Amino acid sequence: MNAASAGPAGSPASTIVTVPLNDPGEGLTEAEILDIKVAVGDRVEINAPVVEVETAKSAVELSTHVAGTVVAILVAVGDEVPVGTGLIQVDTSGDPAPAPTGAADGSETDPSAEEVAEQVAAPAEAPAAAAGTEEPKNLVGYGSRSAPARRRRRRAAPAQSEDGGQVPIDRILAKPPVRKLARDLGVALHDVLATGPEGTVTRQDVLAAQQRAFGGESDGDFFPEESPQAPEGLGGAMKTTRDQAFSGVTSDERTTRVPIRSMRKRTAEAMVASAFTAPHVTVFNEIDMTRSLQIISQLRASREWADVKVSPLAVIAKALLVAIRRNPEVNGSWDEAAQEIVYKHYVNLGIAAATPRGLIVPNLKDAHLMTLRELAEGIGELARTARAGRTSLRDTRDGTITVTNYGVFDIDSGTPILNPGESAILGVGAIKEKPWVVEGQVVPRQVASLSLSFDHRLIDGALGAELLRDVSAVLEDPSLGLVWG
Amino acid sequence: MSVFRSTIPDVAADEPMVQLLAADGTRSPHPEFDAVLAGSGLATPERLRGYYRDMVMIRAADLEATSLQRQGQLGLWASALGQEAAQIGAGHASREQDYLVPTYREHGVAWARGIEPWRLLELFRGISHGGWDPNALRTHPYMIVLGSQAPHAVGYAMGLQRDGVVGTGDPTTDASVLALFGDGASSEGEVAESFTFAASFQAPVVFYTQNNQWAISVPTSVQSRVPLAQRSRGWGIPSVRVDGNDVLAVLGAVRSALDSARAGNGPMFVEALTYRMAAHTTSDDASRYRPAAEEEEWAAKDPILRLRRHLEQQGEIDEQYVTRCDEEAHDLAMQLHHHIHGMEDPDPVRMFDHPYAEPHPIVDAERAEYLEYISQFEDEEERA
Repeated sequence: MNAASAGPAGSPASTIVTVPLNDPGEGLTEAEILDIKVAVGDRVEINAPVVEVETAKSAVELSTHVAGTVVAILVAVGDEVPVGTGLIQVDTSGDPAPAPTGAADGSETDPSAEEVAEQVAAPAEAPAAAAGTEEPKNLVGYGSRSAPARRRRRRAAPAQSEDGGQVPIDRILAKPPVRKLARDLGVALHDVLATGPEGTVTRQDVLAAQQRAFGGESDGDFFPEESPQAPEGLGGAMKTTRDQAFSGVTSDERTTRVPIRSMRKRTAEAMVASAFTAPHVTVFNEIDMTRSLQIISQLRASREWADVKVSPLAVIAKALLVAIRRNPEVNGSWDEAAQEIVYKHYVNLGIAAATPRGLIVPNLKDAHLMTLRELAEGIGELARTARAGRTSLRDTRDGTITVTNYGVFDIDSGTPILNPGESAILGVGAIKEKPWVVEGQVVPRQVASLSLSFDHRLIDGALGAELLRDVSAVLEDPSLGLVWG
Repeated sequence: MSVFRSTIPDVAADEPMVQLLAADGTRSPHPEFDAVLAGSGLATPERLRGYYRDMVMIRAADLEATSLQRQGQLGLWASALGQEAAQIGAGHASREQDYLVPTYREHGVAWARGIEPWRLLELFRGISHGGWDPNALRTHPYMIVLGSQAPHAVGYAMGLQRDGVVGTGDPTTDASVLALFGDGASSEGEVAESFTFAASFQAPVVFYTQNNQWAISVPTSVQSRVPLAQRSRGWGIPSVRVDGNDVLAVLGAVRSALDSARAGNGPMFVEALTYRMAAHTTSDDASRYRPAAEEEEWAAKDPILRLRRHLEQQGEIDEQYVTRCDEEAHDLAMQLHHHIHGMEDPDPVRMFDHPYAEPHPIVDAERAEYLEYISQFEDEEERA
């Protein structure tokens, strides 16, 4: 309970009382300041509205519990403050109109139950004498009360920023072709310094930003030349995979110390950032891939597909894209700075690739528009490029969702970590012949385990489960792809 | 023909509303209720001034309670702003021996029954289970669960029948029950079941619905496709719709319905049309679901102003009385303010005192366990 109370009436000492934000609802923890109804120097009476706040539930006026002169305003309109925060400070010392029951001795300040009971017990009796104070008698009757201020339905539109030049992050102005250019180049628009008319981002701005970000290389190699990675044959002749000795590597008989740089550092930072900012949840499902594999066999046998390698991964990617179509909310990202969730209308499908120099995740741009054949070709091309060490930065930027195929290592299951900036990653285990129950009979089937990790900040368990269930359903019964695709 | 009807008009919307005081205070004669009011002495100028004061006082207490909640002193408050006439009228229409079963929004009824406002505030502060003696004040504790008022009231009324205090013709002992609930609670199944029981046993109960137009955020028109007053007629329970912002109409209707029930004529139903001027509770924001124009429309029908205008027209009230009422109301509000702000947290062990009237082994065990639990913290305080 609030210990602060009206100070002794007429006390010469300054008595500053802070009016705090109390929980205006049931169990609310914070509120946003909508309006401040008093100014420093204003005289306030008990219960005078001083601040209007909006909570998760409602917009409410908060009143002061003491009378006096406002000496400080501790919050500003737009502040979101936790319960308990001081709102204003009131000097109660010079209060010329003390509360009727105010007394110097706190113990006598509060009316006893009996006093109030007298009021109630004698409903028709007149009080002994008129109080004769100057306090406004405005507590009762709509007639004498000024019309209550209409509360705003919702928070008003954010006020125009006073520091003119800065464009709010959610109001970036750029023409569609410029947006497309930025996306193609992997440039985040909010990183771009806008120089166009009225703060718009121009084509030149995007290109300039890209130059800055990539140190002049417009389509640079993902693997810098000096990239030190622990090579095969640890401890021996420490060389890069490009057969260049790298600097900073020291070895003794039992250990080799490799500076954490470049790829390894980038991977580590990405994994740490992802694992410790996005709360990961992983769900698993074991599925019967037999029918999908049958289709793959048929495609491989057909002449039209002769020059394309149809892998289970392509079919799984297609199943994931179909499932995303049914659950588009999974294809989003958490924008902490802007306090927004960004739902992508496109899918840039990341394919985690183990390369001699480490893990990289290039993505297929606009995979949602691709046919199965285009997916198969695209995945093949990404893999070839990655293995050759020619993956460009652009290929790794702006992914929206990823598939990681640890099944190639003959592993059944795992808990993948999200590619930073994405909200879901599908893990694919090895496809193995296993006993499976079909219509009451145990039969050998091609079985794989799928896992799906997702960012629990924006994807609820039900949604994540729904996505994995839909992926599973398409792979178990590919004809669903016709229905849902 | 009585204003209490047993049939539904061909056009449901034709249900009349009994009104004795128009919004501008104009008094209309009403033979049936005028006789009731005259016979009971409930409408003398003195009484009317008293009702005016009551309404002013309880509104001040209500507004103060809302402020106290905003100042962190109450966990919640359910305002009855605008329903003063419906509540003060119903409270005073009942006789001392009648038993009233309220919801949690009957502050005016409580006031009229002699329940001090701070007792209500203590309940909403979370330090009291109810705070008054239901037997002494013939008023049940506030019940948060809506709809439960109806079966409780009918059960009590059937008990009165078995006690033999119904229909004996002795006005000092014959008793009845007033079940209070709102339009929202009327949608609860137990209200319908209570109608069945009350009609089957011809129990001495009056169902009194303050239709304040809003079941939290749902307008009455959604759940009540026909006027609420017409519902009970399907059970053979006669009913009337009155202007709930007209204290005289409420007094007349509730008094005659209770008299009838007390005399052994079975249950009655009264629908009082009023308006919840405030939000549902302090946790609610009415501006999110109802138009400001509607609030303004009802503000013009204010029950307090209406009675004052009537008394002014009759020359039965002067500026001095009005001012005095306002001052008393302000004093009451300030007393509540300082009383509640100055409250100490009660001994938490008190919560084990009243669940059962007699010693109870499980409660005793829980009390002992709790005492042991809090003793840890006392040790910590001593060490500190």
